[in-house]
Amino acid sequence: MYVPAVSELLDKRLVIVTGKGGVGKSTVALALGLAAAAEGRRTIVCEVSSQEHTSHVFHRARVGFHEVEMADNLWAMFRSRIFSYLTAATPGLRELVTIGKMWEVAQPDRKVKKGRKYDLVIVDAPATGAGVGFLQTPRTFANIARVGPIKAQAEALEAFIVNHRKTGAAIVALPEEMPVNETVALERQLTEEVDVAVDRVYMNALYPERFSKPDVERLESACGKTNGPLRAAYRAALSESRRAAAQREQLARLAELVRAPVRTLPFVFVPQLGVEEIRELAKGMH
Amino acid sequence: MAGVAELLDGKRVCICAGSGGVGKTTSSAAIAAGMAARGKKVAVLTIDPAKRLADSLGLPELGNEERRVDPALFAQAGIETNGGELWAMMLDAKATFDELVRRHAYQQLSAALAGSQEYMAMEKLFELHAEARYDLLVLDTPPTRNALEFLEAPRRLMQFIEGRALQVFMKPTGLGMKVFGRGTSMVFSVLRRITGVEVLEDLSEFFQAFSGMLGGFRERAKRVNELLANPETCFLVVCGPQGEPVTEAVYFHRKLVEAKLPFGGVIVNKVHYESELPDYGEGFAAELAEALGDDDLARRVLMNFDDYRALAARDRRNIKRLTAEMRARAVIQVPYLDTDVHDLSGLMQINEYLFAAGAKERTAIAAG
Repeated sequence: MYVPAVSELLDKRLVIVTGKGGVGKSTVALALGLAAAAEGRRTIVCEVSSQEHTSHVFHRARVGFHEVEMADNLWAMFRSRIFSYLTAATPGLRELVTIGKMWEVAQPDRKVKKGRKYDLVIVDAPATGAGVGFLQTPRTFANIARVGPIKAQAEALEAFIVNHRKTGAAIVALPEEMPVNETVALERQLTEEVDVAVDRVYMNALYPERFSKPDVERLESACGKTNGPLRAAYRAALSESRRAAAQREQLARLAELVRAPVRTLPFVFVPQLGVEEIRELAKGMH
Repeated sequence: MAGVAELLDGKRVCICAGSGGVGKTTSSAAIAAGMAARGKKVAVLTIDPAKRLADSLGLPELGNEERRVDPALFAQAGIETNGGELWAMMLDAKATFDELVRRHAYQQLSAALAGSQEYMAMEKLFELHAEARYDLLVLDTPPTRNALEFLEAPRRLMQFIEGRALQVFMKPTGLGMKVFGRGTSMVFSVLRRITGVEVLEDLSEFFQAFSGMLGGFRERAKRVNELLANPETCFLVVCGPQGEPVTEAVYFHRKLVEAKLPFGGVIVNKVHYESELPDYGEGFAAELAEALGDDDLARRVLMNFDDYRALAARDRRNIKRLTAEMRARAVIQVPYLDTDVHDLSGLMQINEYLFAAGAKERTAIAAG
């Protein structure tokens, strides 16, 4: 099977990073952003959820609705409070306006005053099931509004999202049963219902296989003969090997059930991911 | 510290809320099974149960109707139910919405309008509560981007219906922006500045399609809100031990308190227990190498142990922060199990922690 290199994914104008809640979408979006920026692409990472993960990672104050330079070639954009206030009470409006903004930022000739030009826009999309609805909002509006500029505009957004040359999606999964199931369903929905190109599936937070089968046998037998920290250390090793094995089963299931190429990202044993760890992850995005 | 049974004493509705990926669905199923094992007739309303778990409960096709978990399964797992019953249903937001739309003939309100789904879960909850066929309803809330959207859904819908947003868009249309009042123009100009596109100019036309269709929703949304605030309702906040879920849980708790909604306690899933990962003294590396007779294996065991200890230290710090901020009656910790929970016995294993009253230190964790 032909697998496009990550730089081809990053050759698109818009990459939508999506997946179930809590799987590390923001981390993957940021790592992709860093990978693209390292290749010299002017890149912007747009956070659609309200958690503002990126600004935490870079130790910036909450930035509201602005484009902020985070690193060389890398900007980030967040939604402002006034934006939430204006759109919160109207179902669908927030999603439509957000997609409109993503589209606008991705234009090579932006009409916004002093609009910076980007080679690549990476969207940290809302968690699914809202995710597919989010991407379908333009179509919904296009269908409901029969005439007029809203129809034309919604159709333009829709055409941009389904343009496989310009727009791609990366799904983030975790090596557990439910996230894998959800990823499989999500890929199908994105491909068949939304018609967006799914270019990558990232299996995130995969435990390393630190212990071989003979290692495990030795540790199991050693475990019964001792106490205190030694025993605790053996048990932690056995726990790790069990988790790593269970995760590999889920990885195999995922690889079998999705059509897009699967890439893995390692679990990082630190209390809180910082920019250094994410830079490391960025190197392994292929 | 109280366990789940104490927190749910006298409650008719238990709402498990939290951000995505923290194990809400598993916690909801475990709580429901645990309460059924305590003689209650319980229905769990879930969003997307893991297939293996649903299969093992004999519910391969969980639909929009409640299905009873076969009592024989409890017997097989060696659980005495004392007349309790466990029912489960899958909350299919789309189906609930379609039903509602059909019933009220609001055809134009398309289910694809994102943001309406959170409300649907509570519609179903409200219906089942009104029918009063169960002692306890356990609701697994939808995977919202933000735990709060779930809470705000009825209010948002009411606000929408009452027309604060609609009024903006309902001004006469067809003559372009000039005819809008100053307030409207300002809203549009702000939105245009934000988006840089003209996308919003004829929204009024779009929203006029909604006018007059929404009256019936209003009364219901109000009653759903009343159910959430009822003293027989209990909100349990579910979170993980990482920094972000804890921050989100603290924020969510504050919002619950502000909204005067009945908060019960917090469940922290996937905890690495520090007591299981004790500190070690100098010379431990040499001790390991000698005990194992293999320097390379000893090095890897030690590295792994240090990694686990770092996670345990993180979990302890975050749970300390959580406990201090919430001043909760209960902060219930469930260990990080090595494998997914996929049957009734697994749920009961979790229940040893969920239902443990008193801050008894648990030792039988993951690697046991």
